[in-house]
Amino acid sequence: MKEFQYVITDPEGIHARPAGLLVKKANEFASNVTIKKGDKSADAKRIFAVMGLGVKKADEITVCVEGEDEAKASEAMEQFFKGNL
Amino acid sequence: MITLSGKSVFGGIAIGKISFYKRNEITIKRSHVEDTEAEIKRFEKAKEQASAELQQLHDKAMDDVGETNAMIFEIHQMMLEDLDYVESIVNMITTQEVNAEYAVGTTADNFAAMFAAMDDAYMQGRTADVKDVSERLIKVLSNSDHGAIEMKEPVIVAADDLVPSETVQLDKEKVLAFVTMYGSSNSHTAILARTMNIPAVIGLGEDLKQEYDGKLAVVDGMDGVIYIDPDARTMEAMQKKQREDLEKKELLEQLKGKENVTKSGQKVNVYANIGNLSDVGAVLKNDAGGIGLFRSEFLYLESESFPTEEQQFKVYKQVAENMAGKRVIIRTLDIGADKQAEYFGLDKEENPALGYRAIRICLTRPEIFKTQLRALYRASAYGQIAIMFPMIISVDEVKKIKEMIQVVQEELTEEGVDFRKDVEIGVMIETPAAVMVSHELAKEVDFFSVGTNDLTQYTLAIDRQNQKLEPFYDAHHPAVLSMIRIAAENAHREGKWIGICGELAADLSLTGTFLEMGIDELSVAPGMILPLRKTVRECE
Repeated sequence: MKEFQYVITDPEGIHARPAGLLVKKANEFASNVTIKKGDKSADAKRIFAVMGLGVKKADEITVCVEGEDEAKASEAMEQFFKGNL
Repeated sequence: MITLSGKSVFGGIAIGKISFYKRNEITIKRSHVEDTEAEIKRFEKAKEQASAELQQLHDKAMDDVGETNAMIFEIHQMMLEDLDYVESIVNMITTQEVNAEYAVGTTADNFAAMFAAMDDAYMQGRTADVKDVSERLIKVLSNSDHGAIEMKEPVIVAADDLVPSETVQLDKEKVLAFVTMYGSSNSHTAILARTMNIPAVIGLGEDLKQEYDGKLAVVDGMDGVIYIDPDARTMEAMQKKQREDLEKKELLEQLKGKENVTKSGQKVNVYANIGNLSDVGAVLKNDAGGIGLFRSEFLYLESESFPTEEQQFKVYKQVAENMAGKRVIIRTLDIGADKQAEYFGLDKEENPALGYRAIRICLTRPEIFKTQLRALYRASAYGQIAIMFPMIISVDEVKKIKEMIQVVQEELTEEGVDFRKDVEIGVMIETPAAVMVSHELAKEVDFFSVGTNDLTQYTLAIDRQNQKLEPFYDAHHPAVLSMIRIAAENAHREGKWIGICGELAADLSLTGTFLEMGIDELSVAPGMILPLRKTVRECE
């Protein structure tokens, strides 16, 4: 399992558009991608769950990636967060 | 004539007939199904069709309103395919042996409730998206069409509320305006209306009645008002307003993105003066390069007691963020004289214009000042905030202010709070004293901003409220212009910049003079931005 932390810098947090892009990105991989914020967690391939986390600017999230392509997926997810959120 | 008011989402004036959006309302009935397998198949098929429809809408929206706005339909597709959503529907069909329409409707309500319960206006707005997606599914399931509107001629589209898919399907050429009973300014309809440049007024409530269908109306998107069956006087006034608005838009079209540069290549920043958060929209609409004067008084005047650091921080942060990296010059508290707030407990003064006001209050009541400075520095992390201090008469005052800033910065660093160390600080040049010591002041600050109203009053010793003095008053008095010139020379000698934020900045007959003095920035009311920019470009 791969894991990384990220602090959201986008002023609007994970709102609809980046949530959509995030789900799209997570779906490119076979691995399970989970986003954790505090004691809540969400499957990154499910848009309602991701939006339901209500992630805002300055929130710290943990992203866990588990599966056959986890190395590649984790790296891509990290890139995605840095570039979009 | 009937007058209704709501919330303006996009400005502009539209005159035309009202046409009510007729939606085929479906009432969902709960019914028992025997063959749940078949029902699930029916749902899956409907889902496929709905997804294909969304794809078409996405493609249409790409052409009409661009990729960023079209993305919503892709998100709708994802919602439609969302595993939690699909599982919930399938489970309900299987375990409760109900029809797909009912399962979709109930699931939609549950998911919408989740968004509605979120502590975030933007996310609350997403309940409309869940409902839009689900209604699409239900309509496919029940073989009904999506409703439509008759648009032989351009009309004002009225509705209870419009979901994104409905907005996008309308023939853009034939929509004069949107007026709705409900909806939020964060809804995609509002966003699309803004992108499509169509006047829109929302939140008119139950007063917007179906019976107005076909009636002549005027939509004033600037003030958020609609007039049904307007009388001759209103019509005439609105037609005039419409003409002026169109002229302004034309000017904007010509100037948008163009530099404020004279024929000989001299550049000047044209900024806006604002007095409240709600003015930021007008600043952006008029394509100002920044905010040259944000009067922070409203925070104090609209409040019953001293505004807290948190309240102030939110406001400053929002302005900084809305201006997206453009300079926002915030003037610290300028209360006293004619602007009073009870809870300050200020004494009545014989001579308030020369009295206990502005920086004089701040320097003697540091707790008030420090709260504001902390809020400003905290907000500085979110954009390009600059801070300026009013009613300065001496270098000593500036040194005291800088000591206070030092304390605030140390506190914030200790608390681990983000802020920008390089926030520009400046002083208002609005007293003859400040002009006379401007060579010293320029060493201490990053910029000057000339407040011409007070500078004129203090230089000429003329109370502008006193009408009897009118014959003696000369806005272009050479003494005042000399004062500005001296301040400009002293600023430039120290490599600092100077702006003008008083009324004279908007006096187009002086623009040439100011440019010749080398003034670096002119800050005017939002409505004057475009005419001023035009004048600058016509100067030699």
